[in-house]
Amino acid sequence: MTAQTITSVDQILEHSSGLEKRRRLYSGLFGAIFIALVVSGFIAAEEMNSGGFVQGITSFFDYPSAIVVETWEAGPAWFGLLWTYFPALIETVNMAAVATIFGTVFAMGLSLAATRDLGVHPVLVPIARRTMDIMRAFPELIIALFLIFMLGTTPVPAIIAIAFHTSGALGKLFSEVNENVDRGPLEGMSAAGASWFKRVRWAVIPQVLPNYTSYMLLRFEINIRASAILGFVGAGGIGTELRKAISWSNGADIMALFVLLFLTIMLIDQFSGYLRRRLVGSSFMLAS
Amino acid sequence: MSTLTAPPMAPGDAARINAGQADVMARHRRAVLWPAGLLALVCVYLIYAFIAFDVPGLIGKSRLDRGVLLGLDSIAYKVHIEKNLRRDQLEIAVEGERAAVYETPPDWVTIDGADPMTSKIDIDMGSGYRFVIEGSSVTLTGPDLYEPLVITSTEDGVEWSGATPEWVLLDPRKVEARPSLFERVQVTSGRILVFRYFWGWEDFWFDFRSPLSGLSAGELWSLAWSDDRIDAEVSNAHFIFDEFWGNPGWQHGDVFKALLETIIMAFLGTVVAAFIGLPLAFLAAANFNPDPVSRFAIRRVFDFVRGVDNLIWSLIFIRAFGLGPLTGVMAIALTDIGTLGKLFSEAIENIDNKQVEGMQSTGAPAVTRYRFGVIPQILPVFISQSLYYLESNTRSATVIGALGAGGIGLKLVETLRTGKDWENTLYIVVLTVIVVIGMDMLSGWLRRRLST
Repeated sequence: MTAQTITSVDQILEHSSGLEKRRRLYSGLFGAIFIALVVSGFIAAEEMNSGGFVQGITSFFDYPSAIVVETWEAGPAWFGLLWTYFPALIETVNMAAVATIFGTVFAMGLSLAATRDLGVHPVLVPIARRTMDIMRAFPELIIALFLIFMLGTTPVPAIIAIAFHTSGALGKLFSEVNENVDRGPLEGMSAAGASWFKRVRWAVIPQVLPNYTSYMLLRFEINIRASAILGFVGAGGIGTELRKAISWSNGADIMALFVLLFLTIMLIDQFSGYLRRRLVGSSFMLAS
Repeated sequence: MSTLTAPPMAPGDAARINAGQADVMARHRRAVLWPAGLLALVCVYLIYAFIAFDVPGLIGKSRLDRGVLLGLDSIAYKVHIEKNLRRDQLEIAVEGERAAVYETPPDWVTIDGADPMTSKIDIDMGSGYRFVIEGSSVTLTGPDLYEPLVITSTEDGVEWSGATPEWVLLDPRKVEARPSLFERVQVTSGRILVFRYFWGWEDFWFDFRSPLSGLSAGELWSLAWSDDRIDAEVSNAHFIFDEFWGNPGWQHGDVFKALLETIIMAFLGTVVAAFIGLPLAFLAAANFNPDPVSRFAIRRVFDFVRGVDNLIWSLIFIRAFGLGPLTGVMAIALTDIGTLGKLFSEAIENIDNKQVEGMQSTGAPAVTRYRFGVIPQILPVFISQSLYYLESNTRSATVIGALGAGGIGLKLVETLRTGKDWENTLYIVVLTVIVVIGMDMLSGWLRRRLST
């Protein structure tokens, strides 16, 4: 018990104003530390950077404007470039799709192992969780570079790298969904003597599938960006083309690739947003 | 005791039950068929992808042996003993380090004689194998050799005699024997090269030539507190730290600086994005900005900066600001202004208006209304989303760094490019993963603390 006994209104006021003062002191202190961190960080960043902020801001629009000018000069032929780079875009989208499919499958397995009271051995739970943490923390780029060294410059290393990361990232989200399932159907199935596989298939999967799909679509969107980025290190697709265009300073090509990438991301963003609202917003029945 | 008796069936009951059952079965069939059809579609797509990405061709061309060697190289180091017959030279050195040459041979190498070129060099490979170099030939003895294998380097090639197990690659120009991954001998015309592998990272703490090399932790501890200075200029503890920090093979100091750069990039990028994104989010929220045109414009700006991705922004910023963390900060900040701005504006649109109305009824000015009516409601979202993005930006910062902005990502790509210092690569990978997991835990902990 706290030693303080409050007997009068004055004491209550005194006590509360003391608390208030302490609260202000803490938030003031926190704010001061935060500002100090930000300021010193900026000074450090400015020092470490090869070019400064002030001269940088003046030349900031030079590069984008050069790209726009070159695109303008290319004229109607520019639209032909969109068609030229379309196969590369398809490759990038395929990379992302395959990686998302494999990632989702592994994530489902991992998340089932990482959920308590779902009939898996309790020893597996922390192991599966730590595995997912590590898989999530591994930057895709590292795995991709390692695999490119072994398998050569093809899209497959990027797919494996993205799938690896996706398994960890989705696995965590999936296991959170699993934790929140209604246990009623599960108990009903157990009472009827259903096997573990049947319990998961008919009591868990129908409940979690809408959320799974929604997260998967979100991840697909992220993975398109990731596979475009990994193209920069030689994994193929639109990233490789973009790297070539940037190193040769072909403004029109850069613009065409930007537009393609941007349109794709926007399209998928809109489509998956719509689908996600449909799935999670309404009651989604497997049998319907 | 009463017995249960079924009520007598009405004429239509049997048909109704049958129909109900048929209906259930049909729904069950649909429930089974629907996912099966989807699975089949996915399989067809994967087969297409399998062909489109030419996986069979890739398997044929892949160099899995490279992977094994690379894995071994990142957790083991090798010491080589090279006898060059043309130049009359014998060298015992740690491979991969320019200056790590043994002055006196290690205890597993015995040279019986003063001149290493003429005397017998007996190498104990540690695993039962024994390689003896004498003159221009090397004799291999071991548990699976029924008689010694003698490989001789001649003027114009290599000759051999004795047992020839599977692990020897025989070629008149070059003979390579590798009983296991940990011992290896290579003989060409004029040169005999023996490798012995050891587990671990060589000279991780101190450089090979440092006076501290090979000391145990206890010895170092007592040395740090002793007044007997190694270097008269600085204290022993300081000297030990300097030797570790400046270790030329591992560059602990540089790696640490690079890690700090990456963390700065993620931290500042997120902070800038959060504090610019918040006021913009008010402009994008329908309940605070009644003008649909500007609202639409702000929202499309959010979509645009978010859609372009921080990597592409970083490529543009590198042109303007040069290489370094500032570039990364700008790229992360710009992308996340879009993401956080969108999330914040959704939170602002969902606030409970009663608090604002209550403040308004007391005649509070607009600033006070925002400060006490709106901010407390969106603060949890603001903090938790910012922290969440801090964690994910740490990972993005490594990738941006690798493509030129600097920090740990660039360091990593540098070690990969040489293709030799795999142990350094692994070291940086481990540090990066630790930092990312640390950030994840820190942001999770802060989120839990601040949300209660």
